[in-house]
Amino acid sequence: MTEGLALALTLAIPFTGAVLIGVTGKHPNLREGVTLVTATALFLTVLSLLDGVLAGARPAIELLEVMPGLPLALEIEPLGMLFGLVASGLWIVNSIYSIGYMRANDEDHQTRYYICFAIAIGAAVGIAFAANMFTLFIFYEALTLSTYPLVAHKETEEAKLGARTYLGILLSTSIGLQLVAIIWTWQIAGTLDFTPGGILAGKIEGVFVPILLALYMFGIGKAALMPIHRWLPAAMVAPTPVSALLHAVAVVKAGVFTVMKVAVYIFGIDFLAVTGASQWLVWVAAATVLLASFVALTKDNLKARLAYSTISQLSYVILGAAVATSMGVIGGSLQIVMHAFGKITLFFCAGAIYTATHKTEISDMVGLGRAMPFTFGAFLIGALSIIGVPPLAGSWSKWYLMLGAADAGHMVIIGVLMVSSLLNVAYLIPVVARAFFLPAPAIDPQPASAGAAAVPANPGGIHEAPLLCVLAPCLTAAGCIALFFFADPIYRLLAPIAMR
Amino acid sequence: MITPHLPALQIVVPLVAAPLCLLLRRGDLAWGLALVVSWAALAIAIMLLQAVLTGGVISYEFGDWPPPWGIEYRIDAANAFVLLIVSGISAVLLPYARASVASEIEESKHCLFYTAYLLCLTGLLGVAITGDAFNLFVFLEITSLATYVLVAMGAGRDRRALTAAFTYLVMGTIGATFFVIGVGLLYMVTGTLNMNDLAVRIADLGENRTVSVAFAFLVVGLGLKLALFPLHLWLPNAYAYAPSVVTVFIAATSTKVAVYALLRFLFTIFGLEFSVEALTLTYVFLPLAIAGMFAASTVAIFQVDMKRMLAYSSVAQLGYMVLGMSFGNVTGLTATILHLFNHALIKGGLFMALGCVVYRCGSASIDEMRGLGRQMPLTMAAFVIGGLSLIGIPLTVGFISKWYLIQGAIEAGWWPVAILIVATSLLAVLYIGRVIEVAYLQPAPEGRVVTEAPRSMLIPMWVLIVANIYFGIDASLTTSVAGTAARALIGGTP
Repeated sequence: MTEGLALALTLAIPFTGAVLIGVTGKHPNLREGVTLVTATALFLTVLSLLDGVLAGARPAIELLEVMPGLPLALEIEPLGMLFGLVASGLWIVNSIYSIGYMRANDEDHQTRYYICFAIAIGAAVGIAFAANMFTLFIFYEALTLSTYPLVAHKETEEAKLGARTYLGILLSTSIGLQLVAIIWTWQIAGTLDFTPGGILAGKIEGVFVPILLALYMFGIGKAALMPIHRWLPAAMVAPTPVSALLHAVAVVKAGVFTVMKVAVYIFGIDFLAVTGASQWLVWVAAATVLLASFVALTKDNLKARLAYSTISQLSYVILGAAVATSMGVIGGSLQIVMHAFGKITLFFCAGAIYTATHKTEISDMVGLGRAMPFTFGAFLIGALSIIGVPPLAGSWSKWYLMLGAADAGHMVIIGVLMVSSLLNVAYLIPVVARAFFLPAPAIDPQPASAGAAAVPANPGGIHEAPLLCVLAPCLTAAGCIALFFFADPIYRLLAPIAMR
Repeated sequence: MITPHLPALQIVVPLVAAPLCLLLRRGDLAWGLALVVSWAALAIAIMLLQAVLTGGVISYEFGDWPPPWGIEYRIDAANAFVLLIVSGISAVLLPYARASVASEIEESKHCLFYTAYLLCLTGLLGVAITGDAFNLFVFLEITSLATYVLVAMGAGRDRRALTAAFTYLVMGTIGATFFVIGVGLLYMVTGTLNMNDLAVRIADLGENRTVSVAFAFLVVGLGLKLALFPLHLWLPNAYAYAPSVVTVFIAATSTKVAVYALLRFLFTIFGLEFSVEALTLTYVFLPLAIAGMFAASTVAIFQVDMKRMLAYSSVAQLGYMVLGMSFGNVTGLTATILHLFNHALIKGGLFMALGCVVYRCGSASIDEMRGLGRQMPLTMAAFVIGGLSLIGIPLTVGFISKWYLIQGAIEAGWWPVAILIVATSLLAVLYIGRVIEVAYLQPAPEGRVVTEAPRSMLIPMWVLIVANIYFGIDASLTTSVAGTAARALIGGTP
């Protein structure tokens, strides 16, 4: 299989999958089979491209020319390879989890759900492999639109309101700011191709550089840089698998991935460092890291707490880009992967807890640990990875980010990262500690909620969630451990973009 | 043998067919004739565009009287493109018209309807094709008079169509009067009515108060015709209460043709060197366009009748077109001409979707849209795609227009304007979004059982919707024609 064909397939597979899911919608087992096959095929296709990219190849294809000089084109470079692997790989795990979750909770409109999911993943892959900012923007919008039905999935007033906020903020920032930035770039640089070293050096100067950067940074609403973060908590009304894959991996990571792409391939790290145009961004990102953590502390709803934690963690990546050093870029890029595994584990666990007990508030989860040891064990591993404790994946990204900040002489940022880790401990560990170490509250003679009644009676009335719902977090938790020991290939993949 | 006379046939064929429709005395025969004529007009328009793109400007002397004495039809890329838009929309619309007209207008008036329709088509094509300022006025009036009749035919469904038509008649007549006064003043100082002749002589006159006054009259007159904010008051009611087919037709073509006429006067006849013009563009058109974009979009959000909502949206979209020309550069003008075409596709498709809703439900109020996503899936899917195109989502034509418009703003150095352009498209998110939400996320009203619209309406609608996507994905054809047209206009070829 030639590389060009494989590259085209990475787009064709998820969209074909979406069509097939629609066709087989009447037969749930067949439909879920299609989802799993599509996910696996996509991952293997992306994986088949990895060796070439590691060896320095840059497969590229041009699909068609939309406007003169502005083609829809794909090209793989290391950063996109990494994001493509994460998104497509975690889709497999997430599909397994989705099947368990959606069936156990007896959700409606499952066909629509799986179709939109496949389209969203296709869009994420399109973002990962886009060869120019124009193509990236198109897939960025496709991702926004295809996830709207997923957020509004429950069709309740609350879901509609959340989905409206979600769509409103993401569309308005992308069209209102990002598109202007893109056209401005096109106007002054005459190209939108992602070029190593950037395309803007010498084309723009003075105060306009930070202004253009600001248009991009706030225009990429998916990166959830404060104050453009409100959509993420709003999107938590979605079913948990959606929150897990889209709002811990595909959507938000597409945001910070775009930030990285803009910093590395549009502005160029050296250009940012020389002009100091990203100085302000360092402080805004640092403020987001801390403020979002503080807000997370105040949230009792588990998914809301995780959402604010995500906002905080996303700004690590933005920090990596903003310090404009090669170590910062590596740290930020690693964070895209490491945080994805950690946070998807936490969301999977939140969904498993909800499926088994229909509890959403942290204060209600006291003592659940003994009834659900696997779920809370996985939660612990995910939490420790996010905090950055070795031997877990999250420690690497923090390590390189600190190196990057030190290279740039931002000692305060090192302090910010340390404080942030402490805050992570403060809002994640109590969830696990209370579940394991505090006794369960006295149980009513009759199970109170309808959901609990559906579970076969046992002394506590509470069991682990269905197998598929527990398997997924255990897999990703294992991934968190494995990535600590196998971080080196990722580093080697990323090295060419940072070392120049 | 026919080829050299194509410019004349473009007008003569629908003009002669119009009274024949009346003589046929049977609605379906009249419809058949109108259909054939529309397709013939489209074929002629395509041939003309092809000829212009390969062979340059076509000049046709009517009755062999050489200009400037006789009437000259002069076709360059700009008006060939407009001819294509008008005849193309008409050709797609007529298959749709049969079912819709049959349900909204009483049987006895069908012949009359198609007569007025063809007259309206003749007028629109005439405004676009002619190279003579007074002849343009004549065609403008043919269009307007036919449109008053067409709008009034909505009275069968809603009596308010009559007042809407009357308001349009009053405002349209004022506009026409202003226009003809302007033409008269120009004739007074230059002694000619031929557009190219006018261009040369006005340039020779230099500073001249009479010319400036004529300019003002012409701009106001055409401003009324194209519903330039705040001269748009006739438009929302006319669009809302006209029969669905008429709404589609005038929304997609008639204001576009008025915009074209304005472009012709501004850029070919007066030219950018004309001193008052630069001031008008910057200090009148630019602020009015922006005010219109915001005000009309905001009003659209609060409309209950969906046809009215889209009508206000049209006023806002006309703001985009006026904005593009106010930049006074080729990119901006390209955006305007491109949007003439793109907006015809967008609004044509959207109003056709509403026409299907009216056909099945009897009205297009927001309440009626509840649950339609499941009951009329194809119609609502078309509405969603058209809506996305209106908002300017990538891979639709709306995005292409916006791209050029913003580029024009940046090129002219109007920074904040670029932001304002995108800000208004967000207002479109609000008014389109609420329809989508109601249609898909709310249950249908109790007891209403409707099925999908007939195929004869669905197919033309989807032709336009697919065109929305096709020309959004591969815009090289439209952008290159619009670019050529813009250069032809701004170059002011003598």
